[in-house]
Amino acid sequence: MRLLLREAFLSFRRAPALGALTVTTIAFALFVVGLFGLVAINLREALRSVEQRVEIVAYLLHGTPPETVTLAAQDIAAFPEVLDVAYVSEDQALARARTELVEFRDLYRDLAVNPLPASLEIRLRDGYRDAATVAAVAERLRGYDFVEDVRYGREWIEKLDRLRTLGAVVGLSIGLAFAAVAVVIIGVTIRLEVLQRAREIAIMRLVGATNGFVRGPFLLEGALKGLLGGMLAVLLSFLSYRLFRGQVGLPVPDLVFFRPGHIALGIGFGVLIGLVGSLVSVGRHLRNV
Amino acid sequence: MIRFSNVFKAFPKGELALKDITFHVGKGEFVFLTGHSGAGKSTLLRLMYAEQRPTSGEIRVSGFNVSRLRPADVPRLRRRLGIVFQDFRLLENRTAEENVAFALEVTGARADAIPARVMRVLTQVGLAARAHAYPRELSGGEQQRVAIARALVNDPAILLADEPTGNLDERATRGVFQLLREINAGGTCVVMATHDLGLVRQTNYRTIELREGAIVYDSAADGPGGTPIGEGA
Repeated sequence: MRLLLREAFLSFRRAPALGALTVTTIAFALFVVGLFGLVAINLREALRSVEQRVEIVAYLLHGTPPETVTLAAQDIAAFPEVLDVAYVSEDQALARARTELVEFRDLYRDLAVNPLPASLEIRLRDGYRDAATVAAVAERLRGYDFVEDVRYGREWIEKLDRLRTLGAVVGLSIGLAFAAVAVVIIGVTIRLEVLQRAREIAIMRLVGATNGFVRGPFLLEGALKGLLGGMLAVLLSFLSYRLFRGQVGLPVPDLVFFRPGHIALGIGFGVLIGLVGSLVSVGRHLRNV
Repeated sequence: MIRFSNVFKAFPKGELALKDITFHVGKGEFVFLTGHSGAGKSTLLRLMYAEQRPTSGEIRVSGFNVSRLRPADVPRLRRRLGIVFQDFRLLENRTAEENVAFALEVTGARADAIPARVMRVLTQVGLAARAHAYPRELSGGEQQRVAIARALVNDPAILLADEPTGNLDERATRGVFQLLREINAGGTCVVMATHDLGLVRQTNYRTIELREGAIVYDSAADGPGGTPIGEGA
């Protein structure tokens, strides 16, 4: 084992340029995947915060008795999709309109009669905010006689839905494509290293080294390079995250970075790429000589 | 020690590199393999250490059936052999001592026993004082001695040498040849391919001559004082 470690480190020291090339390739490949990952998780985060604002508003007929409304509100709150129900009376609606719609303040102040209807504002639970569920709940609300109209920004929700699907598909396919390219490039750089050391490998075999013995240092080296590359990729991703985080004008309040689990997964993937790349390159070489 | 029975070796194109080779080398023998370049000397040696496989025929080396050796057993065969080449094949980035130790390390020898064994063979080849020198700091003759030390460190039953003096000047050639004779005197079987007839004539070791892939002369087959087939008798 000590010999294995020594051989792996020795070879790293002997061909630093090629070793650095491998590490950088792994790092950049994973970095690209990481960037897409960051975009994906931030998109998801952004969508989630937008989604939280998805609500269904049921406008009530003028003159509906408050008891009926309260009863219906309890009824609606018991729907499995519903997170909570808030009752907004006609007066509250007017007060809100006055503070929120500053441009029309004068208009609202001079009103003799309150034109605004009372409403029930319904927020849905996580996972029930897709277009289909929202439409179904809205339909059920229309069933109450005292509900005059139901609004939920249908197009908006459908757009969100499409955006989410598109984001997932694009992110995943581009990420996978880059990962595949990364594996190929890494295979080639490691193959270069193997060829550079073909003489050494031939001599090892000549003095009776088993294939396992020849392979060992390469695998360890590959794994080490993958580890370094993975860590470098995390560092690069973090730096770009920091760079973008300070930017104003982004549609989301704050960007998020990978969680520790994701980071470990990324580094683990680097190690795996390094290992597989070495295994394939050395294996092919050993079979051919 | 080494037995070839009706061995044929075809090149990928179908041309024969070796034709119907049959001979036997006994324990502790010293055998010269001679012949022009391309006569098949190196191919014959490569078949012995399982770098190539025969097209047909049977080869036995040091108890191994080489013609039917599983790839996984090749390292076991190689550890019973010492192999020396014209171009030394040393690792440039390791000292003489490390090059020799390397051959022990790959066999999984005990780490604490390695330095003593390395020093013993380096002393045997007369290079103990240059143990820490890198190949580029050594003369050709010295490099070949390191290679021989590496071949000896596993106590091989057989030493195979493919033109070991081919790159050496006359003085270094004499030294290396003397070393091989000493090794043989210690009981190790030596098979040396060479086209240096001067060396061959110096001694009366057994000589096998190849021409176009076939054995055309074997001094053992003809008995002592035999004459080359091609020269008539």
